[in-house]
Amino acid sequence: MMARLPTLWTWRRRLRVGLLCLLALIAVVGASGLIYALYPATMPETGPLHSRLLPAEFEHLRSVADFNGITDPASRSIAFFEEAGRVIEHPRCLNCHPRTDRPTQTDDMRPHTPWVTRGEDGGGAPTLRCSTCHQAENFAASGVPGNPKWKLAPIEMAWQGQTLGNICRQLLDPTRSHMTRDELLHHVMEDELVGWAWHPGGNRQPAPGTQQEFGALIKAWLDTGAVCPQ
Amino acid sequence: MSFVLSVNDQAHIIEDDGETPLLWVLRDRLNLTGTKYGCGIAQCGACTVHLDGQPKRSCSIPLKAATSSQITTIEGAEGEEVTALRNAWGAHDVPQCGFCQSGQIMSAVALLRQNRTPTDTDIDHAMSGNLCRCATYNRIRAAIHDAAAQLGQPA
Repeated sequence: MMARLPTLWTWRRRLRVGLLCLLALIAVVGASGLIYALYPATMPETGPLHSRLLPAEFEHLRSVADFNGITDPASRSIAFFEEAGRVIEHPRCLNCHPRTDRPTQTDDMRPHTPWVTRGEDGGGAPTLRCSTCHQAENFAASGVPGNPKWKLAPIEMAWQGQTLGNICRQLLDPTRSHMTRDELLHHVMEDELVGWAWHPGGNRQPAPGTQQEFGALIKAWLDTGAVCPQ
Repeated sequence: MSFVLSVNDQAHIIEDDGETPLLWVLRDRLNLTGTKYGCGIAQCGACTVHLDGQPKRSCSIPLKAATSSQITTIEGAEGEEVTALRNAWGAHDVPQCGFCQSGQIMSAVALLRQNRTPTDTDIDHAMSGNLCRCATYNRIRAAIHDAAAQLGQPA
């Protein structure tokens, strides 16, 4: 009995010392955490989200000369239109060619917010015009894009949900496009609202190429018989 | 740069950057704080004012673009439409927290000046850009109908 007491005492002493060390460790960790949490940190500067500062990606269009290798005139014409279709089917263009009375927005082509409707002239309802928010220029402070002609394309020129071939046939049909071929060429080459697609402001992705390159492709397509893809 | 603004029939000379949103000029320089800052990105309508009688989001108009217009804020809104809407707004207890109300009223005034007999669809078209986080949309619609009834048909 007497021989076991020192062993038991030693075991209890070791346990007590161990527990004290553990408590001390917990206290040190707790105190360190408290100091870290309460230490007055410098708040980050307010500013735009990083993603909004990323430069927009630019895509190039192939030039008319790049299609010289296609000898069949009809195939060449179709190839011109399919290359121009990369612009036509870009969200910067499709968003304002909706198949309903409501435009879409962003690269994801989400329904426009706030809820708006095209109105009689494509410029919005009389009491909620596009110009309520969209001014003559892109406005960096609010991020709202702008152009003096800001409005929707006519419903007959709805592109969303259409194949490129159907869009092609729409463009060539004056009853739907409301344009002759000369007017169509002038529209794509000179119209400033069309031109907005290459200067959309913010970090919106511009349409591929330039308006001049797009116009040159459309001209080449018209000059080669304006053949439409299926 | 220096700009001349006509706000509520008073001319003001403003020294500021031309890219400054009109909302900041109204609130911080002219102390017209009835116009509210809601989202700053033309999504909520709290900052609605009139430029030449048309409702506009003042957060999305640069100062330089507002110099040629007659600007009306909630402080300067007047006329029979405003009186009718004020009465109807009170009768229907429209304001809850009240933050969006000046924008709602400015849009409703513009609506009734264009259309004395608005249908529900007309009201939805005109007011859909004005958000109310207290969700008083039914009261807003009822108050506009009430105000229109007060005004009666145009002579």
